[in-house]
Amino acid sequence: MKDTGLGWSTIRLATIVVCLFMFAPVAVVMLLSFNSSQFGSFPMEGLSLRWFVELWHNDAIVRAFQTSLVLGALTSMISTTIGVLASMAMVRYDFPGKRLVSTALVAPILVPEVVLAVALLLFLQFLSVPKSFPLLLAGHVIFTLPFVVLVVQARLVGIRREYEDAARSLGANPLQTFREVTLPLMLPAVLAGMLFSFTISFDDITGTLFWKPGGVETVPTQIFAMLRNSISPEINALGTVMVLITVALPLTGAALARRLAARMRGR
Amino acid sequence: MADNGNAVELRGVVKRFDDFVALRRADLDVPEGSFVTFLGPSGCGKTTTLRMIAGLLDPSEGDILVKGRRINDVPIHRRNLGLVFQNYALFPHKSIFDNVAFGLKYRRVSRSEVTRRVREALALVRLPDVEERLPIQLSGGQQQRIALARAIVFEPDVLLLDEPLSALDANLREEMRIELKRIQRELGIATIFVTHDQSEALAMSDKVVVMNHGVIEQEGTPEAVYNEPATAFVADFLGHSNILPARVRGREGDYYRVALEDTGMEILTAAGNAGPLETGAPVRLVLRAERLRLGDGHEHRDGDTLLNARVDTVDYQGQLARYFLSVAGMQLQAINAIDRRPFAEGATVQVRVRGDDCVILHGHGD
Repeated sequence: MKDTGLGWSTIRLATIVVCLFMFAPVAVVMLLSFNSSQFGSFPMEGLSLRWFVELWHNDAIVRAFQTSLVLGALTSMISTTIGVLASMAMVRYDFPGKRLVSTALVAPILVPEVVLAVALLLFLQFLSVPKSFPLLLAGHVIFTLPFVVLVVQARLVGIRREYEDAARSLGANPLQTFREVTLPLMLPAVLAGMLFSFTISFDDITGTLFWKPGGVETVPTQIFAMLRNSISPEINALGTVMVLITVALPLTGAALARRLAARMRGR
Repeated sequence: MADNGNAVELRGVVKRFDDFVALRRADLDVPEGSFVTFLGPSGCGKTTTLRMIAGLLDPSEGDILVKGRRINDVPIHRRNLGLVFQNYALFPHKSIFDNVAFGLKYRRVSRSEVTRRVREALALVRLPDVEERLPIQLSGGQQQRIALARAIVFEPDVLLLDEPLSALDANLREEMRIELKRIQRELGIATIFVTHDQSEALAMSDKVVVMNHGVIEQEGTPEAVYNEPATAFVADFLGHSNILPARVRGREGDYYRVALEDTGMEILTAAGNAGPLETGAPVRLVLRAERLRLGDGHEHRDGDTLLNARVDTVDYQGQLARYFLSVAGMQLQAINAIDRRPFAEGATVQVRVRGDDCVILHGHGD
């Protein structure tokens, strides 16, 4: 295709504008986090890691980080386990009401998060259960589960049943078949599901605001709280760290999954 | 239970899927060491039957016995059957060695014994140097050999092959056919082979089981099912046949004289396995296309019928030609070797029908 002509230059221009619009604010935040000035604005006065150091010494933020990491890790472990088992049931077995269960599993993505958040909260109040960390965790599992199910199911559909039939005909019981054949074959999707659920949980603010017990803050709710007082350059630094985590982690994961898949293909 | 020399027996096996009957009451023996083929078009129930023996499907009724033992309730992983799939189904994430060794892992075999037996199996399928490779690095034919090695390495009671050659291209298919038969003979293992390809079935089998619409139409040696079809379906499915409605005119020694319904032409037909038939009884005459001899003037022999025909169409196939003929308004097809040059379209030829080549089927069919 020739890259001349008005049409192509327009498309190119539009692409650049859209990209600028999407990424410029993020770039600004990341840039300003290295500003030595007290005020988080241009012109920058000098380069400094001062705000990262302050971040490190801010107990509230460090605690929020720990909470988010623990919450994200637990969410992704539980979500992935349930998601993999649910996908196996959906794709490999037949049972009455399968359609309904299938819809119910994915529904949390379709329902607006606020509605889901309020609903769970009201439900807990109805049961007179106080808010707690396990309940926050449960909430996160509920709305990360669909992502795991969708990713793993899609992969599992593509894995021909014959592999499992072959394994069983060779003497492996169902559990051994799962461990030796099914799981390794869907591993890329399982890893992707884990990463998805981790980043979604790590990122979430809506549901978390509703569900978190008093005194517990995650990184997003902590930033939200800090913003209410003033815009501190610390927040820029925190934003930079979060971008690094939420971008670097999936990229690493994707690279890992690709290498795994490539090894399977024999390269 | 007494050992009656059968590796596999089906006793009144029925398989229904909701309202659809995939297999109607099948009774079948697979003798020890024999090569038995289930032959039929897709949807005839051959794969369903194989999958029930393998344990991938449960029969709706009836018993399946392996070596005299009822295995209906034995889960697949305890059945000790070697299974080979059309698409090989080698584990893509495991090396060839690990693929072949897979079945031994669950059979308490020592490590040195595993290595020895895997090497032995790879030698048997003539692929000794690929242990370290991954399935994707092998060609289709090689992958199928590995699949075979994987299925026989643990010395299964029966080998089950589900269209194992269909995914290969024509030349490779013939080579693998011979190879497969050699390995089966060498091991002396009872084998069930599922195919829709009649030449595979005829070339490899000790016994062919022809199936259609969930019914076993006929079973017998390849020669028997080919030469003495028991039903119109078998006659039609194996090779090319002319099936003509006719009526019995009378018996003449070892022959029946029958008159074709369409034209009233009389043909002398070997009585064969047809049994007693009364004069006037409706029958169908099976004339194999390749047994009809075309010529421009045959000398007459006893038991032969000569028909004058016109060549409508010629389907030229190099060493053979398939002719579509009209004989007094009736359509026939004939397959003949070509003597230098095929008969031209529009030519008038004489068709010799040998009474010994004809088969009589009772009734006019459905």
